[in-house]
Amino acid sequence: MKVILFRFLIGGVAVSLFAVLGDLFKPKSFAGLFGAAPSVALATLGLTVASEGKHYAATEATSMMAGALAFVVYASAVSWILMRLEFKAAWVAASALPIWAALAFGLWFVCLK
Amino acid sequence: MRIKIDPSALLKTRWYEFVLRFLFGGLITAFAGLIANRFGPGVGGLFLAFPAVFPASATLIEKHEMQKKERAGLHGFARGRKAAGVDAAGAAIGGVGLLIFAWLVKTFIVSHGTCPALTGATVSWAAVSLLLWQTRKST
Repeated sequence: MKVILFRFLIGGVAVSLFAVLGDLFKPKSFAGLFGAAPSVALATLGLTVASEGKHYAATEATSMMAGALAFVVYASAVSWILMRLEFKAAWVAASALPIWAALAFGLWFVCLK
Repeated sequence: MRIKIDPSALLKTRWYEFVLRFLFGGLITAFAGLIANRFGPGVGGLFLAFPAVFPASATLIEKHEMQKKERAGLHGFARGRKAAGVDAAGAAIGGVGLLIFAWLVKTFIVSHGTCPALTGATVSWAAVSLLLWQTRKST
């Protein structure tokens, strides 16, 4: 339980820091880069190495590549929809999450499992 | 367009919006750890690139742009939506940097150690993202 709480705190701080950086910069397309900052990875990988070792962290990073590729497709799809169709951002960003999940798990299953 | 720092943007963010992003970030990090424990590092690693705060950020950007337009007496829905769309395009570029980050960590964490690998990968994420963003802007 202590480890989960620690992860929660570290993750919250890392994500908030990158989000604040994103708020500070203009133009919006540049600030958007921080939406793909490796905040969760930075918070997780250090703790993972400490508890499970470097090889375990390397395996996580390998799978993260599939997740990152899925992220590119997800964010591109969200951008495309928001620029062309009249839907609210929250609705589009949330309802496109299955695209990320399907691609990430699909790539992992086909290429990495 | 040149890159600028605008600290006043932080004043537009309400305290609960900071809390919301902290909670999302914390929850997904804890969740990634639990998934890795339950299903192994292969599945857990996928969540290191989960769009954790992206929906919350897109919503905030849309809301702030709408409020800005409404203060000027205009209807800001389309402007807010497009601002969120532009932010998402930036995130897609940053996602390529995230892919490079993951590849570098995977390649160097065992041979070069945790701190050098994570530092080098983070610097590379920033450099690749910036380079791609500038390339896209100039084309």
